[in-house]
Formats: sequence, structure tokens, C-alpha cells
Amino acid sequence: MTVLVIAEHDNKSLNDATRAAVTAASKIGGDIHVLVAGKGASGVAEAAGKLDGVAKVLHADADHLEHPMAESLAALVLSLADGYDAILSPATTTGKNFMPRVAAKLDVMQISDITAVESADTFVRPIYAGNAMMTVKSTDAKKVITVRGTTFEKAGDGGSASVESVDAPAGPFKSAFVSEELAKSDRPELTAAKIVISGGRGMASGDNFHLLDKIADKLNAAVGASRAAVDAGFVPNDYQVGQTGKVVAPELYIAVGISGAIQHLAGMKDSKVIVAINKDEEAPIFSVADYGLVADLFKALPELDEELAKAGY
Amino acid sequence: MKILVPVKRVVDYNVKVRVKPDQSGVDLANVKMSMNPFCEIAVEEAIRLKEAGKADEIVVVSIGPQQAQETIRTALAMGADRGILVTAEGRVEPLAVAKILAKIVEEESPDLVVLGKQAIDDDANQTGQMLGALLDWPQGTFASKVELDGGNVTVTREIDGGLQTIKLDGPAIVTTDLRLNEPRYASLPNIMKAKRKPIDTKTPEDYGVDISPRLEVVKVTEPPKREAGIKVESVAQLVDKLKNEAGVL
Repeated sequence: MTVLVIAEHDNKSLNDATRAAVTAASKIGGDIHVLVAGKGASGVAEAAGKLDGVAKVLHADADHLEHPMAESLAALVLSLADGYDAILSPATTTGKNFMPRVAAKLDVMQISDITAVESADTFVRPIYAGNAMMTVKSTDAKKVITVRGTTFEKAGDGGSASVESVDAPAGPFKSAFVSEELAKSDRPELTAAKIVISGGRGMASGDNFHLLDKIADKLNAAVGASRAAVDAGFVPNDYQVGQTGKVVAPELYIAVGISGAIQHLAGMKDSKVIVAINKDEEAPIFSVADYGLVADLFKALPELDEELAKAGY
Repeated sequence: MKILVPVKRVVDYNVKVRVKPDQSGVDLANVKMSMNPFCEIAVEEAIRLKEAGKADEIVVVSIGPQQAQETIRTALAMGADRGILVTAEGRVEPLAVAKILAKIVEEESPDLVVLGKQAIDDDANQTGQMLGALLDWPQGTFASKVELDGGNVTVTREIDGGLQTIKLDGPAIVTTDLRLNEPRYASLPNIMKAKRKPIDTKTPEDYGVDISPRLEVVKVTEPPKREAGIKVESVAQLVDKLKNEAGVL
């Protein structure tokens, strides 16, 4: 049994989602190889070799691999697929983009976004935005799997695997990278943040979100919103946490002026600690909150800001 | 230019799904069903391209039970031109759906296939990409902006941490993300008109596709329940608890 994990990186450093995927691979069993595809990413390949449990690193270096594109990554992985019983990638926007192409070419049904490994062919994955958990057994000879990063431990740095160069198919490909616009905010990205503070319809206007921004800046938190707040036009769609928005599982989730519709709960209920601030004590959000504060958010938020300052933030 | 839009009938996003006591799946009896929200966005995008004079015909496909015809009718009422219903009972996996769609693409020769990035029931997020691979077409997934320029498609994609813009040599696949557009509601006259628009009914056998699932469902269970915690009296107490009890500050 040999498992291939496709590393995700920005050509400079390996991300945590890759570490989680390596842990998932170790639960499947067998030798773990990591593929690092990029341009000038030899530092990443070295870092991948240090991951716990990794036996070998395959390093593909090419100009066209500078940005992860579905066609070229899928072609590269397919060129290596023969030697592997299972192929894993983080279930990030990159992994979700190219992995189903790999699966379809191999005539395999991909197992998306797994949260647990039961055995080498049986996995648990959320359906209905985590409102149900489905255990599936794959009947395909080769497994193609994407891994939810928040549910597996991050592999440590106890390894010393060798790095081997591999060639990447050169195309031609029918898609080309044009540009990238990464959020310039100093704040972390919503799905990667350790703390998330979200506002709902109770915020009353988009302008009032600055009350959340202030606290987010103090806590190095990301700012999110409920669908109600997005639908009301307070903030853009990419703020949306929920079934049809982003699914987050931070250490601390602070829901402000959010009633707790099913659609929202589906996107945040796996957070480690949930705080709810709402003036309606009957709001369903309190049924999932570890700490609930029944208060007017326009009084509570400035107070929270002050208390955090007192606590050294 | 012809656009093909595959759509899926799913449990309405406002419904709280219940797991069946025998753990065989989710209870779908007497549950409100609707078009998958991401598919609605796909239909809307196709209609906007047609309204902008960039497309002439929109064909909607759904693979599912007979009732998926209603989902096609919804798309026709929004403004699509005709439908294809491929009837299939039970669980049809994305791989099988992509294979059927690939056959339909061969027959219909669309210039663009626009579909939702994922269905909110199985959350697989695979069909568009798989179709791209089977056809050897390029793909722009998680689109928040789509521009057509002759045979080229420029897609702005929502990626972790920001936006990425890519250029595809058509024909191409686009999968929709939330920010792409806000789908319209069908007007009553359009709902009436949609009843007269044609829908072809087919079966997976017509396309020679074996839809037997590759994943065997062992069980479906409730996620771990979250217990309600405590109510705090003040913001000061909240910060204290977060710091000293929960250890998250």
C-alpha cells in the first residue's frame, strides 16, 4: 500500500491543510509519498520531507506549475497515479478544483472532504453541510480522496525523507492563469482563522460592521456574516458563513446579532467554542452557544472592545 | 452559442434534515424540495448571457427522479429554452452524472456548460470538474465573474484567500459560486409559458451509462450534538470565561 499526498503551498511554505492530509494518509496506512508541484518550490519540497511519516517527496518544478491550475495538476498526478493505491489532497479550493479531474480520468468515484478514516476503504464525510455524517465504503481499486483540514491533527516535523525530481507533463493546456488578487487585509482568511466574529441582521446596517472590525483587529480574527446580513446587503457574499457560504470551524466563534437559522448553524457548529450575543433570549443560536450573553449588541460590542483592551489586547 | 445547464433537485436549503432511525440515509418523505441554490445561479448566469446577446439557446438537463421535471420547469420559467430529463431513481453519484452529461454534450454540442459548484445534499463538489476531465475541456470552477469573448471564456474564481482570474479556450466548463449573481424569481406569465416549453425524457441506458454507485453507504448518522452552555451576565464575565475557562483568548 502506497499513498500519495498532493501538497498545497505558495511556492514558499507548506500549508497546514497539507499537514492534516498527511495525518489522514497515515491512518490509511502504508508508505506516504508527498508530491510538491510548483515553481522554485524546493524549500517546500524539503519541508515536506520533514513531515512525520513521509517516506519520499516527489518534486515537480516547471514554469507552468507556478499557480495551481486544474488541468496541469491533474495531468501531473495522473502521470504518477499507477504507483499508488490512494491519492489524497487537502479539500481546499485547489484540491477541490483538480482532484475530481484525476478521479474521473481514473474512472474512480472521489470521496470528498473526509473527516475520519475508518479503514483503508471506509471513510466518514459530512453531507447536508454537516447536518448528517455519511460513512462510505469505496469499491474502487484506487481511492481518490480530499481531506477536511480542520478535523485531522497537523503532522509534525519529525521526518527525514529524500526528495526526488519528477517531470511534469507540459501540455498543451486549454486554460491559462491571468491574475490573482489575494485579500490584502491583515486579517486571516475566514476558513483559516482561529477566531471568527460574525454579524447578523441584528447589526442593522453595513456601517455597523466596523464595530466587529475593531474587535477582529484586536483578536486577529476574521469577520463573517449570516445569510440574512448578506441578503440585506450589509456585507458582500464572501462574508457568508453557512450552508451555502463558507463552513468554518475556528477555536472561537462569536455570533453577534445572529438568530441562528439552520442555514447558519450548518456553517459554524463545529467551532470549538461558540459565543452568542443577542438581545432575544429565545434566539436558537443560544442552543448551540457555550457562552450566551443576552444584551443589546450596540452596548455589548463597545464594552467587549474595552474589556479586551483591559485584558491586554 | 448554445449553453447547457445541468440542474439538481435537492432538499430545500431551509429544511432541517433528519437522519432515519435505521441509519440508512436522510428522511426525504414530505420534505420540501427545490432547485439546488448553486444551480439556480448557473441558470441565471446562462439567461444573463442570452439577454446580453452572447448566447442563443439554453438547454437545461436534470438527472434524477420523475419529479426532477419540476426543477427543469423552474429553470424554463426563469428563461431557459428547453429541457432534458434523464430519469434515475436512488443515489446517482457525480461520476455517473458526469458520464451522462458528457454523452449529452456530444449530442448537443454546447459551447459552454454552466453548473453549480456543488449540490447542498451530498456536498461532493465534483460533477463539473469530472465532466471537464471526461471531455478534455478546460474548467473555471467557483466562478464569481464570467466574461465571453469570442471563443474565450475569462473566469474570475473564488479561491481560499482571494480571487484568481483564468482564461479558457472554449468550449469550457464553468461552475458557479455564490457571488456570481442573484437569481431571479420567475414571473407568473413566464411560469405559464414554461409549461409549453419542450422537455425530452431519457434514461441512463439511452446514453449507455452504468449508474451503479461506487461508494457503498455503510451508515448515515447524526453529527455529534452540541449542548447549550451557560448564559453570562456581563461582557466582563464573558471575557473572563473565555480567558480562564475556555482558554481561547
